[in-house]
Amino acid sequence: MVGFVIVSHSAKLAEGVVDLTRMMAKDVPIAAAGGLEDGSFGTSFERIQDAIERVYSEDGVILLVDMGSAVMTAEMVVESMEGYKLSIADCPIAEGAVTGTIDSSVGMGVGEILADLEEVGAQKKL
Amino acid sequence: MKTEKLIAVIGKIAAKIEQQKDFLTELDNVIGDGDHGINLARGFGEVVKKLDTLREKEPADVFKSVGMTLVSTVGGASGPLYGTGFMKLGAALKGKEDITLPDFLEAFAAAIEGIKLRGKSDRGEKTMLDAMIPAKEAMEASWQEKGDTKAAFAAGIAAAQEGVEYTKTIAATKGRASYLGKRSIGHQDPGATSFTMMLEIVGGEI
Repeated sequence: MVGFVIVSHSAKLAEGVVDLTRMMAKDVPIAAAGGLEDGSFGTSFERIQDAIERVYSEDGVILLVDMGSAVMTAEMVVESMEGYKLSIADCPIAEGAVTGTIDSSVGMGVGEILADLEEVGAQKKL
Repeated sequence: MKTEKLIAVIGKIAAKIEQQKDFLTELDNVIGDGDHGINLARGFGEVVKKLDTLREKEPADVFKSVGMTLVSTVGGASGPLYGTGFMKLGAALKGKEDITLPDFLEAFAAAIEGIKLRGKSDRGEKTMLDAMIPAKEAMEASWQEKGDTKAAFAAGIAAAQEGVEYTKTIAATKGRASYLGKRSIGHQDPGATSFTMMLEIVGGEI
């Protein structure tokens, strides 16, 4: 099953998004990487790395990121973990996490899920 | 410049950032998320702890270590950006025991390219690049004309300072300040400011 990591400046936001996905996709591996070690806002290279390790399998892991340093730090983690099957999705984290974990729960692969998440990114709400 | 001097200069940069962290954070409070000074000071604090272990290494390794430490400890956008910059300096200076100004300029150009790619940004978007790019160009022009390292740094610092002033006149289209759009006009960019501080320290040590 494809795993997910939620990268946010806020620990609460990342954990909240993880919780949200449990409503519809209980068994999909998903981990939060929010905030800094000291509890302040920001993105932590180490936390992202650890979260990936926790949910990793050969099916790969998709990272969902909020903005700014979350995007750039996630990119650098992905570049540093050569040999791992990792992708960053271009979509809002809450909507993307719900869609992606449901996709993963029905056995879709990284490529198909990323295509779905691309649509999530383009979707208008109203 | 050899490793010993480079380590001393980086130590002075770290001290300057620590001393100016409240000022940098204050700038960032107005147009960003108010963490630039705190974040950079945390990162350079960690950099300083590692400097002693690098004395036997070549300058490229020192730059690489600084970059990787910043990436893993800063926690904000300046981590990946300055981190990428320092790592690119390291990659470009590999094998050089004593860095000359032309070596540095070549590496500086590579660092700027790396930062542009990492931040998907360019000149004119109210970022550190608005100080870096003019500084690099002014240093190149001065070096070509005079062949003097001190003069080149003086020209680069003046151009970076002008770059900081220029960031006051434009709206941010990249980074957290872009969420404020036009409201960011009138305020100087924290990243351009911290870069200029770093260049001033290096220039003062040449």
